Amino acid sequence: MKLSKTQTSTRRSSWTRRHLLGGLMALPALFALSSNALASEVNTTGLAVTDDTVKVGILHSITGTMAISETGSVQAEKLAIEQINASGGVLGRQIEYIQEDGASDWPTFAEKSRKLLVNDKVAAVFGCWTSASRKAVLPVFEQYNGMLYYPTFYEGLEQSPNVIYTGQEATQQILASIDWLKEEKGAKTFYLLGSDYIWPRTSNKIARKHIDKLGLKVVGEEYYPLGHTQFNSVINKIKLKKPDVIFASVVGGSNVAFYKQMKAAGVDLTKEKPLLMTISVTEDEILGIGGENVEGAYASMKYFQSLTNSNNEAFVKAFKERWGDDIVIGDVTQAAYLGPWLWKAAVEKAGSFDIEKVQAASPGIELTTAPEGYVRIHENHHLWSKARIGQAQTDGQYKVIYETEELMEPDPFPEGYQ
Amino acid sequence: MKANMFIEWLKSREGIYYLLLALLLVVVFPLALDSFRLNMVGKYLTYAFAALGLVLCWGRSGILSLGQGIFFGLGGYCMAMFLKLEASSPENTAIQSTPGIPDFMDWNQLTALPWFWEPFHSFSFTLIAVLAVPALLAFIIAVAMFKRRVGGVYFAIITQAIAAILTILIIGQQGFTGGVNGITDLRTLMGWDIRTDEAKTLLYFVCVGMLFVCLIVGAWVMRSKLGRILLAMRDQEDRVRFSGYDVASFKIFVFCLAAMFAGIGGAMFTLQVGFMSPSFVGIVPSIEMVILCAVGGRNSLLGAIYGALIVNAAKTFFSESFPELWLYGLGVLFIAVVLAFPDGLAGLYRRYVMPLESKLPAMLRRGNAEAQTLPVEEAK
Amino acid sequence: MFADYSMPELMSIFAMQGFAGLSLFSIFVLMALGLAIIFGQMGVINMAHGEFMILGAYTTYLTAQVFESVMPGLYGGYFFVAMILAFVVTFALGALVEWLMIRHLYHRPLDTLLATWGLSLILQQTYRSVFGAREVGVSLPDWMMGSIAVTDLVEIPINGLFVMVLSLLIAFAVYLLMFRSGWGRQVRAVVQNRPMAEAVGIDSGRVDRVTFALGCGIAGVAGSAFTMIGSTGPTSGQLYIVDTFLVVVFGGAQSLLGTIASAFTISQAQSTMEFFLSGSMAKVLTLLFVVGILMLRPQGLFALKVRR
Repeated sequence: MKLSKTQTSTRRSSWTRRHLLGGLMALPALFALSSNALASEVNTTGLAVTDDTVKVGILHSITGTMAISETGSVQAEKLAIEQINASGGVLGRQIEYIQEDGASDWPTFAEKSRKLLVNDKVAAVFGCWTSASRKAVLPVFEQYNGMLYYPTFYEGLEQSPNVIYTGQEATQQILASIDWLKEEKGAKTFYLLGSDYIWPRTSNKIARKHIDKLGLKVVGEEYYPLGHTQFNSVINKIKLKKPDVIFASVVGGSNVAFYKQMKAAGVDLTKEKPLLMTISVTEDEILGIGGENVEGAYASMKYFQSLTNSNNEAFVKAFKERWGDDIVIGDVTQAAYLGPWLWKAAVEKAGSFDIEKVQAASPGIELTTAPEGYVRIHENHHLWSKARIGQAQTDGQYKVIYETEELMEPDPFPEGYQ
Repeated sequence: MKANMFIEWLKSREGIYYLLLALLLVVVFPLALDSFRLNMVGKYLTYAFAALGLVLCWGRSGILSLGQGIFFGLGGYCMAMFLKLEASSPENTAIQSTPGIPDFMDWNQLTALPWFWEPFHSFSFTLIAVLAVPALLAFIIAVAMFKRRVGGVYFAIITQAIAAILTILIIGQQGFTGGVNGITDLRTLMGWDIRTDEAKTLLYFVCVGMLFVCLIVGAWVMRSKLGRILLAMRDQEDRVRFSGYDVASFKIFVFCLAAMFAGIGGAMFTLQVGFMSPSFVGIVPSIEMVILCAVGGRNSLLGAIYGALIVNAAKTFFSESFPELWLYGLGVLFIAVVLAFPDGLAGLYRRYVMPLESKLPAMLRRGNAEAQTLPVEEAK
Repeated sequence: MFADYSMPELMSIFAMQGFAGLSLFSIFVLMALGLAIIFGQMGVINMAHGEFMILGAYTTYLTAQVFESVMPGLYGGYFFVAMILAFVVTFALGALVEWLMIRHLYHRPLDTLLATWGLSLILQQTYRSVFGAREVGVSLPDWMMGSIAVTDLVEIPINGLFVMVLSLLIAFAVYLLMFRSGWGRQVRAVVQNRPMAEAVGIDSGRVDRVTFALGCGIAGVAGSAFTMIGSTGPTSGQLYIVDTFLVVVFGGAQSLLGTIASAFTISQAQSTMEFFLSGSMAKVLTLLFVVGILMLRPQGLFALKVRR
């Protein structure tokens, strides 16, 4: 009885040679010498590391309601692992991944993470998407001392030695976008709208506080249950309050209904007022919503598929070659892609797969080859990254119209929220 | 006298089935499975509590509740609230702006513990609440419905709607309930770490023990006069009413009992899995509980337990090996159970295995013709 | 809660919310009509009703794709073709399901619930395998875009208006079919007294099959209309099933008029409350209100007096 899918990624198609340029990392050359170290030396805690392989886990929902969102992350993580293998692996070891299905069910996530850590003894896990699934697995990772690379932008208020958060925490998405709205667009009034769970609520609290601080005004705040499809009431409220900005964190399928109904009700996002700033709609979501329905909306993310830098061009090309031409890449997909690379860098810096050593080595790890540009791991295990604002086009892509000059410091416990 | 009856019962066919189940759960599984798999079996068994209740209420009395998830969830939440309070001691939550309250309340800017959380500092209160809260809600629903002679399909739909309401409410009131995330990161029970392998193994045995208590209560209800009235009610409600029985009261009783079983299951779930979330309250888990009961055989208490074990094990196996196939499998299972095997596993057993069983002693006797002393009990 | 608004604003609010409620109403009516026929008339609890609706939505999506690539000039009219196709496809599947499954279960209504739930799981997974897990949407033809501005605040979206007219037309057609046609008379006869209906020569098996299939067909049309305001994913149907059942039960299961009246009450209640309360609370209160009324008046708003 085969209970899980173990698979070595030995796919070495043309892109690997063309784009890896002997390894995208700055570090491997340095550590190529140490890559012949014995398994017993680089692994003192009984992880699944042999002289030429190392096992990691991928834990996302393949089935259930979250499968839609998590597919991109799985693809990105597999791509990164395959690229790493093609460029010589980690400490000279090929990565084998064990993929488990969280089935959009939080206890299943906890159960599978326990299986990955206890039975399979994986050296790292790339996975989880929703906050609920992360909250469910967190105690397991802390108890069995595993390493989780979590890709989604999320609400913050958390910091664990066992997790590297490769997405943004809430302030990194929100602060810059509100500053920009104030300065560039002269926005004065905001309407906060979100799905009813912790991420939108926390995000809107951070937004509200910042809006107050800037002397601007929140004229409405509203939450709808996940999966809600009737937004006429809130659209009416928006029309009545006439805010300068609709600040939206509606997630999942609700988005489609929301933007369609906005458009049908005559709210034209391409006009100057009201503007719509979303922190939840990536290129992935636009596929479902339809480009013509979100045209003109602004999004605050750290990554857009349309970014023009050589890292991103190579990444998009590799991604499309691996997973098909019509695929789009959103913010979270890119963050998921960083996971395996950051882990590789930390392992090679530590010279060991041991969890403690990887944890100790992680802060300060830099990635110059990230599609989003340069990123660095902060002491608090989140990433320093830039905030960017894009405007949605009819073709479903964002046009990047602003990016912060400096990297933004991650601040998972902003003042007054802890 | 009593002890004699018990021994007699143990020697009967039914007694042997119970012993076999006990042997399987108490001896075979703990020896054969590692701690990880054993914990999963423990999780499956928590659903068996709800399925037991459904046997009494659906199979026996004809009341199909699509809301057992409500009671499972309530029991689970009661236990989770106690454990969360214990985990949120002022020392553990020192970084919060209000130490001493659960983390999700702090994130939602609550500065004091809501009043209905207060009593959950007490373990004895919690134990009572695990039984009483589901029973109370069940009582209110049942009185409102059965006194007005609402039954059958309408009852099913209304319980389903209540499950939907409760889910939306829990998700919407996240400052008080933890929202979609549920109540997570539960650590200790009265200072005893429930996350270790030893604790999980011990909790498994507690769970099995509780299951047998419920099983015996259920069996007693089925065998008593009460059980016969329930059966009569299912088949000819009006005749029972005309014979002078207060049908509604019996229905209320059995529905409350089923709710309590589900509540215990929920509490055991929280203890073994280490968290509780609204995804166990809603419509889908409630219907899955019905299918566990249907697969096992809606009239058989033991069937419900085997149903819970087999369906959940199949779910784990399929979702690990062929994730896409699982929903097909589950769908086909639903349809097959209804169309082809309305009595579930228990029915199949009765039809195909039992005849063999009574032949067995006969075959043995033929084998040692000389011995010819074994008295063979007549098969019923 | 009214204090924040001026009088003219309040008037506009009620007008706008009234209209928002009406568009919710049309969805409920479309969903509930099919179910009212299947559940109200036949007593079958079709938990897969939402999946039939989604089948109609996917049919519409495919039709739109074909029109877009093969004859973009005619795109404006795709919807009418799609609606007919959606009806035909779901009608056919409905007839098949009735023949394979439902007809064996007429005397066990609770079991139809389980069997159709199983069916809904199978359909969901099929959609996921065929169309992918991602939600799909159709782009509206130009003439359905935009809105009619009545006043500054009150704007009526054209697609909403279209769906509303459509739902009323379908409701009217169902009424004619059930109460003014020979076939409808047969259906009602079978519902009220099956042995007698058979005795006077009605083929009750055939009536059952067509009734069930018709209910599914209407669900398909509902799905088709649904694509204009929402998106379509494998599990979209499940979101509506509880609401729809409540609408039907609340209206009094056997009464079509009751179904429409209850859809109206529920949608208006929800839409008005949504304006003054949060979305989640509005939903909870609406459901509680319906459940509460049903506890007081289990037969629903418009109960048909039949001898059981």
